[in-house]
Amino acid sequence: MTTPMMLALYTPAAAPFLAALLALVLPSRIAVWTGLLAAVAVLASGVTLTTTDATLSVSGALGLLRADALTAWMLLTIGAVAVIACAAAPGYLRHEAAHHRRYLTLIQLFLACMSLAVLADNLGLFWVALEATTIVTAFLVGHRRTRESVEAAWKYVVLCSVGIAIALLGIVCLYAASVAAGGHGVTALSWTHLASSAHSLDPALTKLATGLILLGFGTKAGLAPMHAWLPDAHSQAPAPVSALMSGVLLSVAFYAILRYRAIADAALGPAYVRTLLLTAALASLVVAAMLLIAQRDYKRLLAYSSIEHMGLIALGTAFGVRIAIAAVLLHILGHGLVKSIAFCASGQVLHVTGSPDIAAVRALAARQPGLAGAFGISLVALLGLPPFSLFASELGVARAGFASGHGWAVAVAFTLMLVAFVAIARHGARMLLGPPAAQSTAPPPSVHRGRGLVFLGIGLTTAAMLGLYLGPLTDVLDAAAVVAGGH
Amino acid sequence: MSNEVSGQLLNLCCGLFLLSAVGVLWRRQVSSLITLLVVQGLALTGIAGLLAAQRHSPEVIGVAVGVGALKVGVVPWMLRRVHNRVPDARETRPLANVSASLLAAAGLTLLAYAAARPLVALAPSASAHATPVGVAVVLIGFFLAATRQRAISQIIGVLLIDNGIAAVAFLATGGVPLIVELGASADLVLAVLVLQILTSRLLATFGPTDLDGLRELHD
Repeated sequence: MTTPMMLALYTPAAAPFLAALLALVLPSRIAVWTGLLAAVAVLASGVTLTTTDATLSVSGALGLLRADALTAWMLLTIGAVAVIACAAAPGYLRHEAAHHRRYLTLIQLFLACMSLAVLADNLGLFWVALEATTIVTAFLVGHRRTRESVEAAWKYVVLCSVGIAIALLGIVCLYAASVAAGGHGVTALSWTHLASSAHSLDPALTKLATGLILLGFGTKAGLAPMHAWLPDAHSQAPAPVSALMSGVLLSVAFYAILRYRAIADAALGPAYVRTLLLTAALASLVVAAMLLIAQRDYKRLLAYSSIEHMGLIALGTAFGVRIAIAAVLLHILGHGLVKSIAFCASGQVLHVTGSPDIAAVRALAARQPGLAGAFGISLVALLGLPPFSLFASELGVARAGFASGHGWAVAVAFTLMLVAFVAIARHGARMLLGPPAAQSTAPPPSVHRGRGLVFLGIGLTTAAMLGLYLGPLTDVLDAAAVVAGGH
Repeated sequence: MSNEVSGQLLNLCCGLFLLSAVGVLWRRQVSSLITLLVVQGLALTGIAGLLAAQRHSPEVIGVAVGVGALKVGVVPWMLRRVHNRVPDARETRPLANVSASLLAAAGLTLLAYAAARPLVALAPSASAHATPVGVAVVLIGFFLAATRQRAISQIIGVLLIDNGIAAVAFLATGGVPLIVELGASADLVLAVLVLQILTSRLLATFGPTDLDGLRELHD
């Protein structure tokens, strides 16, 4: 095991944690940059882990941490989105009068918890890290202390804590099954041990555990019908926080389902998890499509679009073949990049127009061309149009669905996605296009400085390039799909 | 202590554990709800301690001491602080009245016995036969969180769920691994702290209303 690999194992959690400590003591205009540096460190670790031999895995910290191809892929996603969100922090904080220090500290702790969650080689430790993300993001959601944001924070903490408690009950059941099958102590909950001893787990108890775990982590992943907290929390949080929550936190929660599916399939056969996931996927798509049509708030529009994309990710996971899992993983990365850019841009739209209503934003393209470009292109990418990687991954999920004999599910899902497509396109066009309003009595829009847009442009270019050419990422994507039980 | 005595004490603790959860549905005064949570914490500590004594495991004894300090000391203390800030926190308009709640508790307990069958069947020890009690408390906690309107009642619902899960873990497996237990406990304390702060912010922004008054966000 080489030093860079070990470094890449510890850095993703340690660097943001250190940056959080620094944010407590440094002045906030410097802490913004140390935070960005920590995000870059997470991304660099992901790159280090992906560029080494894809079938290799590293473990450390008494076997509690482990990185394989799937972990590397998730770290890559977390790092990429974190860079976008941390680069948007100066722009956000410029408009905020107070509490800079708390914001910068909590956002770094949030990053550290997410990295720890995907690095944990233990279902129990994963749970602890995921619940910790709820706790550190609670005050980020309620950062502005308005009526709406306090309400959103309360619902978020109560619903997510209850939801994730269901997962803990499931983990306790799984632990009982694993101990009965010969597991011992902490190792009984380790992903590696569970994967290797899955066939000897008691089927009845594993079935109970599987239902609870899917329900619990599904709540945190924003799958319907446990999604009620998501639109509130994602629309009320500051834009860079929404970017992280929508872009990666949902996928980090779903990552547990991805890994757990392989274990449950070995113990129970594939039908049980597939049925549960198909139900959740189609329910999420129905909810998202219906509520996108008459949406009036553009941040809620993006939040419901996240439910739609999580539905698609669950759909691909339900199919379970290797090409479907690979498409799901590509979708996680593409959606993370694009959705975080859309949220960061929407935050700037909010500063320019002062209103979260779709109806209040008109002719953005004429008033703020650069910002409108970033927001518009990210919407186009979210709609799944080429050349962005979301087009390739949605196509992959559809092909896998037909190949594995679930054509009906693909047909239903893509009809619902078409409804969502029309809804988002219509709302987006209203916001971006049209002549500028005649009555220019409103204060002249603050001239937008281009610096914040650079990272958004880089992110969009990356998403487009990933759609055309995966290059060296092909190997790690394939290896990660195998780790997640694609066959 | 002979095995028989310790087995009976364990049953006593489990009974007390379930009864205190039912009592939470019965009482409305917040101060008595907190007292009931203390009783439940004591019962949970008793369960953990007796199992530790049966197994002669120092690790489980440590966990039992920690659980006792947390559930009997720290968490009720934090709840009392919330209660002091919101003086008249009597549950005024629960969505289900007391008799309906008690009936629901009976139904949920039956459901828990049905749902926990695989756990009871698999676990080797005699204590595993009591695991449905823990599941019943989890379900009662869900019921409480869903039907009560006061912020503090919802916090108590979350705490009941957590107590129930801890009881299931002790009774079915002798406790989850130490590091998971430590992490989960730390998460619980922080979550209650967050909810405590949010409660005072709710009070500052919404005034002393029910959570029913939270209607700013909708589609």
